[in-house]
Amino acid sequence: MRPDLEIIQQWVKPGHHILDLGCGDGTLLDFLQRERGASGFGLEINPDHITTCMGRGVAVIEQNLDTQGLGNFDDGSFDVVLMTQALQAVRRPDKVLDEMLRVGSEGIVTFPNFAHWRLRWGLTLSGRMPESEALPYKWYNTPNIRLCTFKDFEALCRQKGIRIKSRRVVDGQHQNSWLARLWPNLLGEIAIYRITRET
Amino acid sequence: MPDTLPADSVGIVTPQTYHFDAPIDLACGQTLENYDLVVETYGTLNADASNAVLICHALSGHHHAAGYHSAEDRKPGWWDSCIGPGKPIDTDRFFVVSLNNLGGCHGSTGPNSINPETGKPFGPEFPVITVSDWVKSQALLADRLGIQCWAAVVGGSLGGMQALQWSLDYPDRLRHAVAIASTPRLTAQNIAFNEVARQAITSDREFHDGRYYDFDTVPRRGLMLARMVGHITYLSDASMGEKFGRELRDQAYKFGYDAEFQVESYLRYQGERFSETFDANTYLLMTRALDYFDPAYEYGGDLSKALAAGNCEYLVLSFSTDWRFTPARSEEMVNAMIAARRKVSYAEVDAPWGHDAFLIPTPRYTDIFTAYMDRVAREVGA
Repeated sequence: MRPDLEIIQQWVKPGHHILDLGCGDGTLLDFLQRERGASGFGLEINPDHITTCMGRGVAVIEQNLDTQGLGNFDDGSFDVVLMTQALQAVRRPDKVLDEMLRVGSEGIVTFPNFAHWRLRWGLTLSGRMPESEALPYKWYNTPNIRLCTFKDFEALCRQKGIRIKSRRVVDGQHQNSWLARLWPNLLGEIAIYRITRET
Repeated sequence: MPDTLPADSVGIVTPQTYHFDAPIDLACGQTLENYDLVVETYGTLNADASNAVLICHALSGHHHAAGYHSAEDRKPGWWDSCIGPGKPIDTDRFFVVSLNNLGGCHGSTGPNSINPETGKPFGPEFPVITVSDWVKSQALLADRLGIQCWAAVVGGSLGGMQALQWSLDYPDRLRHAVAIASTPRLTAQNIAFNEVARQAITSDREFHDGRYYDFDTVPRRGLMLARMVGHITYLSDASMGEKFGRELRDQAYKFGYDAEFQVESYLRYQGERFSETFDANTYLLMTRALDYFDPAYEYGGDLSKALAAGNCEYLVLSFSTDWRFTPARSEEMVNAMIAARRKVSYAEVDAPWGHDAFLIPTPRYTDIFTAYMDRVAREVGA
């Protein structure tokens, strides 16, 4: 299993009700349903992904976070709200974070670090917008319109009174590395945050 | 029928009539002492009777959902695009049951059947039937067929309402409910259109308070108008535009009031054909069943409370240009299911054909429907 999913599944308890924002082809939810006895929904807009979810028995709702938000979900109706590799693709990540922690008691967020040394190095050296394994697009066609660094994200959490319960940093292959743990904002490519409302 | 039967057709099918002797109590307070249901089935029921799929028809539908009745048939059943070998509702895997609902006019007991008490057609004496009544009669049919639990109950439009009602009335007798282009209740605008249709029928001089059978006539004109106005609500502005535009039947305006535009002659033709095959009292009954449908009513308008009884999984599909039952109506249903923690999947399919899109196999619609039903089949070992 992908190490990021391995980490996420440790944070999901049996019977948890989960909302997965941008659930893709439903791999994670499928796994959590079967292996952790969790229930829940995925939101997705990609038609092929939606079909795949339906075919594998993952409850998926066609819903666009940017235009429709999460207004149709009640306060505190989920134990965990997941968002893997999608925060950087929504129009207002700050509002999505607020909504995540309105409808769920806990959020799990993963996103690529724009301050990773290779991206910094690429920009410095070539003067062109960086591309990487985690961000394999051109500046003009990238769905990733709200790129940030780990530091940026953590500053936003502080500002919003969001508590970071834990953070794991992995490399592009989602592998743990001691270097990334040592100097995350420079050497970590992807972070997995577990967040909650400050009480 | 084409010269050779397509490989994905269920082929020649023969409807069967099931007679029910036990009285059935209806929501209106009346009782039908006995009744017939006309049924078609496709595919084979497996040993543990777990692969049965119930098809619920819409306003003007009937039991003939797939295949042909004879080699002379011009058209296959009304949902032949989705039912057959290799089609979304795959008859190689499922045992498909399709019936004409109570109150219908295609062989099941309805207003044009003979009332055993009077020896004459029921006419206006036939009780108003509700969606719940239909579901009850369908459950009795399931008993007769030896089906304890449907793999899925599937329907479009009014058929989707029956699927939803099934999940509330018999939560343990279905695994999946599929509601396509449907709604949890009619809007004022929907009811208004139904009322225009009913007024067209009842104000026809040939209606005779619903006893036209006794006068050896039918309110053809009224039924035709009812169908014309209904038909407009099944199509989208864009699909009508594409099909007819402002095209004239002849080259120039005639400065009269005959059918000059193609769309006029199309609607008249559709209305006329319909008035020859459909019973006016059944049309009144079906539209009323639509109006009354509102499972949330008993729960103070809170559909999620009604759904608390549900136990099955749901697939809800809507179509982007459907203005009769808009995607917003489907989403209302989905949101109530989410709030009730029911397992539901939902997609809005882009299709230009308005409400009628549920009968037309667009690629995405077919893909989704196939993927979902494939999973249902795997789940029941079919």
